[in-house]
Amino acid sequence: MPLLLEPNTTEVKEKKLYQDMGLTDEEFQLIEQILGRTPNYTETGIFSVMWSEHCSYKKSRPLLKKFPTEGERILQGPGEGAGIVDIGDGQAAVFKIESHNHPSAIEPYQGAATGVGGIIRDVFSMGARPIALLNSLRFGELNDSRTKYLFEEVVAGIAGYGNCVGIPTVGGEIQIDDCYKGNPLVNAMCVGIIDHTDIQVGQAKGIGNTVMYIGSATGRDGIHGATFASEELTDESQEDRPAVQVGDPFMEKLLIEACLEITKSDALVGIQDMGAAGLTSSASEMASKAGTGIEMNLDLVPQREQHMTPYEMMLSESQERMLIVVKKGHEQEMKDIVAKYDLEAVEVGTVIEEKQLRLTYNGEVVADMPVDALAEDAPIYHLPSKEPKDYQINQTMSFNLPKIDNPEELLIKLLQAPTIANKEWVYDQYDYMVQTNTVVSPGSDAAILRIRDTGKALAMTTDCNSRYLHLDPKTGGKIAVAEAARNIICSGGEPLALTDCLNFGNPEKAENFWSMEQATDGMAIASKQLSTPVISGNVSLYNETNGVSVYPTPVVGMVGLVHDLNHITTQHVKQAGDHIYVIGETDLEIGGSEIQKLLTGKYEGKAPVINLEKEKDRQKQLLTAIQTGVIESAHDISEGGLAVALAEKVMTTEHGLDINLSGSQLLELFSETQSRFVVTVKAENLRAFEELVNDANWIGKVTTDGYLDVKWNGEGVIKASVQTLTDYWKGAIPCLLTSKV
Amino acid sequence: MRFAVIVFPGSNCDTDLFHAIRDELGEQVDYVDHTETNLAHYDAVLLPGGFSYGDYLRSGAIASFSNIMPAVKGFADSGKPVLGICNGFQVLLEAGLLPGAMKRNEELKFICRPVELIVENNQTIFTSEYQLKEAIQVPVAHAEGNYECNEATLESLQVNNQIVFKYKQNPNGSTADIAGITNEKGNVLGMMPHPERAVDQLLGSADGLRLFQSILKNWREQNAITS
Amino acid sequence: MVKVKVYVTLKEGVLDPQGKAIEQALSTMNIDNVNDMHVGKYMEFILEESATENDNEQIEMMCEQLLSNPVIEDYRYETEEVVTA
Repeated sequence: MPLLLEPNTTEVKEKKLYQDMGLTDEEFQLIEQILGRTPNYTETGIFSVMWSEHCSYKKSRPLLKKFPTEGERILQGPGEGAGIVDIGDGQAAVFKIESHNHPSAIEPYQGAATGVGGIIRDVFSMGARPIALLNSLRFGELNDSRTKYLFEEVVAGIAGYGNCVGIPTVGGEIQIDDCYKGNPLVNAMCVGIIDHTDIQVGQAKGIGNTVMYIGSATGRDGIHGATFASEELTDESQEDRPAVQVGDPFMEKLLIEACLEITKSDALVGIQDMGAAGLTSSASEMASKAGTGIEMNLDLVPQREQHMTPYEMMLSESQERMLIVVKKGHEQEMKDIVAKYDLEAVEVGTVIEEKQLRLTYNGEVVADMPVDALAEDAPIYHLPSKEPKDYQINQTMSFNLPKIDNPEELLIKLLQAPTIANKEWVYDQYDYMVQTNTVVSPGSDAAILRIRDTGKALAMTTDCNSRYLHLDPKTGGKIAVAEAARNIICSGGEPLALTDCLNFGNPEKAENFWSMEQATDGMAIASKQLSTPVISGNVSLYNETNGVSVYPTPVVGMVGLVHDLNHITTQHVKQAGDHIYVIGETDLEIGGSEIQKLLTGKYEGKAPVINLEKEKDRQKQLLTAIQTGVIESAHDISEGGLAVALAEKVMTTEHGLDINLSGSQLLELFSETQSRFVVTVKAENLRAFEELVNDANWIGKVTTDGYLDVKWNGEGVIKASVQTLTDYWKGAIPCLLTSKV
Repeated sequence: MRFAVIVFPGSNCDTDLFHAIRDELGEQVDYVDHTETNLAHYDAVLLPGGFSYGDYLRSGAIASFSNIMPAVKGFADSGKPVLGICNGFQVLLEAGLLPGAMKRNEELKFICRPVELIVENNQTIFTSEYQLKEAIQVPVAHAEGNYECNEATLESLQVNNQIVFKYKQNPNGSTADIAGITNEKGNVLGMMPHPERAVDQLLGSADGLRLFQSILKNWREQNAITS
Repeated sequence: MVKVKVYVTLKEGVLDPQGKAIEQALSTMNIDNVNDMHVGKYMEFILEESATENDNEQIEMMCEQLLSNPVIEDYRYETEEVVTA
């Protein structure tokens, strides 16, 4: 039996059932106008998912238009499954980041796992072989059992899926702050490699061509997932269990291999993942982009459960399904290819001239709608925005300098702060080596994967410090882009392009929308300035629990090209006797810093200033120095300031550091002034280094004694054994997770 | 020398093995699908890591019933080298080509990290290029590597010198720190660590390459005698 | 036609890390009177009319060869007649 008896057309309208699906009265009227009649239940459902924010970007599109999306190397910008950037030798990198926040809040293991599965499909549906996964995770403080459970299960879900499909999870970031307590953020990024000649698009071209379905059968799971993602979480959301999909990574692995073989065939016209809004979005988007229509017979759709209705089939978000369009007469070729992988390809429809999505079931037409109306014509909203009153207060606040009397103790506490603490507990569970290309594994600024047989490599990272955005979204947006680029540069790569995952609260609140405007402004300016166009992305709104929004968190995923394997650089010091430099001056910038959280328990005041001109020059100079071979190790200075950066450079090595500083200890050690790096240089390269890099200040030398030794005007203020620091830093997360509450 | 890499649905270290043999060892290698039934053209058979059949039911259980497995058994019976790595080891256990079974790791988590192995027996066709008791660095990446066997089996493994690799620091709770064992004849080796991930210093270690070089060297010696 | 329910558990004496972890979790919920927790697998299936009168022989063969691993696992099963209308 169907799960629900479907209401008729009159009921949909008179009982305003469309409201439960997320459509407003005005939107419903618009649909009536478009169709010239009242939509039935199935059609209303289809419109509601296609017009959800998740699929239509109806509330964020005006903001996304600001992003630069073109450049010399850009082969595909936003709009397809993933963006594509040229990396030379006839090859390209394909990547995208996507959120799975709400599903992960409800069922963390499956929510995270299916998030990984979805982003992988976006990449291989372009014809690319997925080579790496990254993620960006945010949770509340690890001091209650629910948050610990979310943390552990999200990590296990990412591991369970990624490990099984055989794509290494090579990097990511984790931020811990209480604004994420009820609404954790789970963003997954996938990077693939493709030959230019194999690039596919999701288009349903060629009247008369055949639409085929590959992968798992359709069940009732995840119905209305896209709408669910476009609503706030409440305490009742846990009851909405049907929205949770279950992933099957084994099926995904078969799908990857089958689809990559299919994409080599000339008979393939288009291919797209059935992601959010499943069959509905893949069919209507493929037709809309090609200027065609699709007629589909739902009786032919493989079904996992009995008595499914057209509504359920069209809105199901069952995982591991692909829709392809094939040249007429070549259906058997596709079936033969996928049969090798124990899969079936099933004809479900035809490309038609009329630009309609027409569905039949039991011989009757059950839905008939213009594809452009579904895919393109969702109303665009220009939402009101209002500067929150805290903003001005923060900009003008004078920060009372706390007195510091024991910098060593502060450093140890910072190393134990979960955002800074070592994440081995996490990445130990990820297979970061499979495919045997991982040159720099998790734990340095960016992950680096060699590109076989080319002598080149890709560097990749995800970054966002949402505390700065909380204080000043425009500046924070700039910093998110700049920091990602810094991590690529420190690893010896040239930043190529970025993908973004815009995680915000409810945009209908004017203060939230203002944050979105400001943050995207900042990101647009920085990505222009640093020549890293935005080639793909995702918007996740309504990240609130019981009315409280998360900090604005526009996560940046960036990929860079390491032109020569010899340029690969890590953050760790290499040999005793090398000289240590800080590049960039330090100002007193404590707003939004880790030390502020430690000392005051809150974030307030001005976010660190960023000057993008200076940023660009420094990045360029440092990259040139790395490429010239005069840099032994490089690390950007971020959360926790210079003190933490120095510890990170030496922990897990056999070495020590002898550092000499002067001035204010708070400022020099813990300030989070932007655009700074710590590098080490061999004695014989000092001259060359100083000629290539401006603003470099000598602060000390690498030693053999295994101590981090910091002197102030000659007097010792920190003398900590590196092993002890490492123990604190590595022990913090396991300790937090196992401590009883 | 010609190697076969068996590909089961869900294998995911097959390409890593392929590259290790072709690019680093410099020998011939083919993928052989699980639906095949003949291994007559090969001098060594490699069962790769991964998640054959999604590890559903038990790791390696379903793959051990594949079409290719009778041929693998025949190949092993004829005394030629069979190497199962990670999931491949699990398949060999399930197929009864090696004694014992795998349980979930003691900590119940997947573990991926480089570990140190001690070469406990360098008198095998897989380890002759190592020193006895040499410590080598090879990564592990598994959720079920907690080797289990009864006391009688353990004793016979010890008496016959079938324990080839032990963990220096046991990462998964396996009995007697076992990381790799052979059959009694010594021509079938199963190991949880991934030697194919340690064939290039660029990626951290090249210690695994000597395992493949041992197989090659022993094949050459044997071939020189027989031909 | 019979419905078969198969229970697979680790053999007695084989350490069950999942069972141990669950006991620990229970004790953090201040439930301390639970011992000997074992985690196993449950499978059920319909066995169509077999030619022989001996369903049990087939079920045991399946359990020993595939559904359980006799090296570390035990199994037991139940059957019940399924009446088709």
